[in-house]
Amino acid sequence: MTASALRKPAPKPPLLEVSGLSKSYGTQVGCRDISFAVRPGEVLGIVGESGSGKSTLLACLSGRLQPDSGSISYDMKDRGPVDILTLSEHERRRLARTDWGIVHQNPRDGLRLDVSAGGNIGERPMALGARHYGDIRSDAQDWLKKVEIDLSRTDDKPRTFSGGMQQRLQIARNLVTRPRLVFMDEPTGGLDVSVQARLLDLLRGLVRELGVAAIIVTHDLAVVRLLADRLMVMQRGRVIEEGLTDQVLDDPHHPYTQLLVSSVLQV
Amino acid sequence: MTIRLHAKGLTKTFTLHTQGGIVLPVFDDVELTVKAGECVCLHGPSGAGKSTLLRSLYANYKPDAGQILVKHLGQTVDLLAAEPWEVVEIRRSTIGYVSQFLRVIPRVGALDVVAEPAIANGMPVDEAKARARTLLTRLRIPERLWSLAPATFSGGEQQRVNIARGFIVDYPILLLDEPTASLDAANRATVVDLIDEAKIRGTAVVGIFHDKEVRNAVADRLFEVGKAAVPSSSGKSDLQMSAGAMVE
Amino acid sequence: MTTTAAQVHKEDGYNFAYLDEQTKRMIRRSLLKALSIPGYQVPFGGREMPLAYGWGTGGIQVTASVIGPDDVLKVIDQGADDTTNAVSIRRFFQTVCDVSVTESTAEATVVQTRHRVPETPLKEGQVLVYQVPRPEPLSRMEPRETETRKMHAYAEYGAMQVTLYEDVAHFGRIAKTYDYPAIVNGRHLMSPSPIPKFDNPKMENNPAIQLFGAGREKRIYAVPPYTSVRSLDFDDHPFEVQTWKGSCALCGSTTSYLDEMITDDRGSRMFVCSDTDFCNTRQAEAASAPDDKAAGEDA
Repeated sequence: MTASALRKPAPKPPLLEVSGLSKSYGTQVGCRDISFAVRPGEVLGIVGESGSGKSTLLACLSGRLQPDSGSISYDMKDRGPVDILTLSEHERRRLARTDWGIVHQNPRDGLRLDVSAGGNIGERPMALGARHYGDIRSDAQDWLKKVEIDLSRTDDKPRTFSGGMQQRLQIARNLVTRPRLVFMDEPTGGLDVSVQARLLDLLRGLVRELGVAAIIVTHDLAVVRLLADRLMVMQRGRVIEEGLTDQVLDDPHHPYTQLLVSSVLQV
Repeated sequence: MTIRLHAKGLTKTFTLHTQGGIVLPVFDDVELTVKAGECVCLHGPSGAGKSTLLRSLYANYKPDAGQILVKHLGQTVDLLAAEPWEVVEIRRSTIGYVSQFLRVIPRVGALDVVAEPAIANGMPVDEAKARARTLLTRLRIPERLWSLAPATFSGGEQQRVNIARGFIVDYPILLLDEPTASLDAANRATVVDLIDEAKIRGTAVVGIFHDKEVRNAVADRLFEVGKAAVPSSSGKSDLQMSAGAMVE
Repeated sequence: MTTTAAQVHKEDGYNFAYLDEQTKRMIRRSLLKALSIPGYQVPFGGREMPLAYGWGTGGIQVTASVIGPDDVLKVIDQGADDTTNAVSIRRFFQTVCDVSVTESTAEATVVQTRHRVPETPLKEGQVLVYQVPRPEPLSRMEPRETETRKMHAYAEYGAMQVTLYEDVAHFGRIAKTYDYPAIVNGRHLMSPSPIPKFDNPKMENNPAIQLFGAGREKRIYAVPPYTSVRSLDFDDHPFEVQTWKGSCALCGSTTSYLDEMITDDRGSRMFVCSDTDFCNTRQAEAASAPDDKAAGEDA
């Protein structure tokens, strides 16, 4: 065993590759010079307190915000790596509702509250041309089962659901088209702790079962501990530490990360 | 016999920025070689840095310098230089790690907790579950508990679930952090058997065994960690200065 | 005073057909654009009309822009020539441009309509002008117009299909019976105005020019002659039109759209054609050919 014998296994090509991404609001820095890659099936956590730039970064990545500079390359199904900033709005919107999923912190932003649970899940398939009611409905019910929503609620409006159920419905609505990349913004924010645990476990199972890659923005270290393979810690718009989740959380090097980790209450 | 794990030049210090930037050296220029079928026991007083070294071998801690060379899928890889996704793959199929405490996953039953690493490593679900059942039986976890989430189990039961989870995949390298700490004599014996079986399969084992009986039963040699004593008021109880030395 | 209509509007200072020529040119340009992109909603500079919004101001402006001195105008409201809206709009155009008017669909060159397509098939050269209260079919699902415009631009019509899904989920069938959304020319989603879905198939491949005017929303759209108009549906819940068990109590038609009439305060009722011209024509034909027993009894 010598260093000369070292050979790295061929890496899987990245699904998403970000380089030099910056976005500021006037003189206010949103995020600065962010570079990273996400491989198929990999779950990346982004942590940091409010104002650290993580939400700005997520908005840029998911095409909701135009960055000032940098590139975001996505390995599209039919055409290989493409800088999504060069895509037309039409292509980007199509990508966002087929190969991507976006789970918002507030279910109001991600659900149609006046449309039944089944209709919410059926929207993406219908947008892609599904025209058989029976198939759309049974597909929707499969997903309701997967996210543990009782089938008797299929025709109920999410307005009548609890926060945890709304969040699970939002996940089903996104995953029904089998996206390869899901963006999640504080998916457990605003939920009771017991509800959070259930949601996290569900997400964890789905991510593994479907092999979907995910980028999860949160300030909750327990969330990333459970879900993320890899972690980026952000402060004042910059990534200050990154690595395997357990490495960063168990052996943090940067002063801010140490503070973050030591600030978590132990139970 | 082939060398499965070769750590060299390992150096680790902790810098505690939250406590005035104290720098705590743990070990310096450690070299450790473990062959297939060999069990090396990390040895030294409490707080000598045994756990830190073991965690470093799993890339859970990041040493400041050095290499950890492992054979992964027929190739030699430096664990410390590997990309995070490579480390994930190496951990999935090459290096197993049994920690002192089970990190419980809410709502997942014990049987599934145990079977999970095998399924992740590509074993068919039925086979993985059958194997999990065998291990749980051997470790005397009553069948009525199998479907329950281990969060409510006793410390000893959780530890045995953790051991079963660590042994379900035939990892070429296995790291054990006090696997028998809270076990009774019968279960200790089972763990010793499991380690022996792994060694016969050719697994390279590195462990911390406080129990003398267990240590004598499984360890082929001791690897002395951290001879000098150092204040351990830092909150990290395992922090220690000084290097490890090879002891036969 | 005894003067002709033409003299009246000259003396009163009205331009022909009320709108000034510049406005008509502007609207005609919008109409040409609308015809070029079937189903696409073209914004236009809608004018204040001497009529409240909701009474057909959009349709009137379109009619005023296309009508000429030789045209023959028919105006219907819910299929009838003699209801308030139809009578007042017809009188308006008689006043401001002195064109001939008719109740006969076959004789008319321009038909302005509210809520119906005439039963008598239209011919090439005829223009059908619809009054549209809400031109945006997506507005129920998506209130932001910036967004609905993008949805049209990129043909993202999944949300519209969701409304049909909701109907089937709650009622076991597509419950929408009027203003039934349709795809024009395989491209743009269009509100056909609040006509019964019974009339949707008549829009398909129609030889006449179909123009739509929305006065409050200031939008114009169009279906050129012989253009496909496909009503949305599901493979397993196909689009179908209303049917009635009986026939028209007046003319005996079994193929027209029937209105239910309450005839007294004891709940007696009958079903008659909603299209008065169609019904009257059939009754007249039956009367002139007494051997033909197709005509119904007069109630």
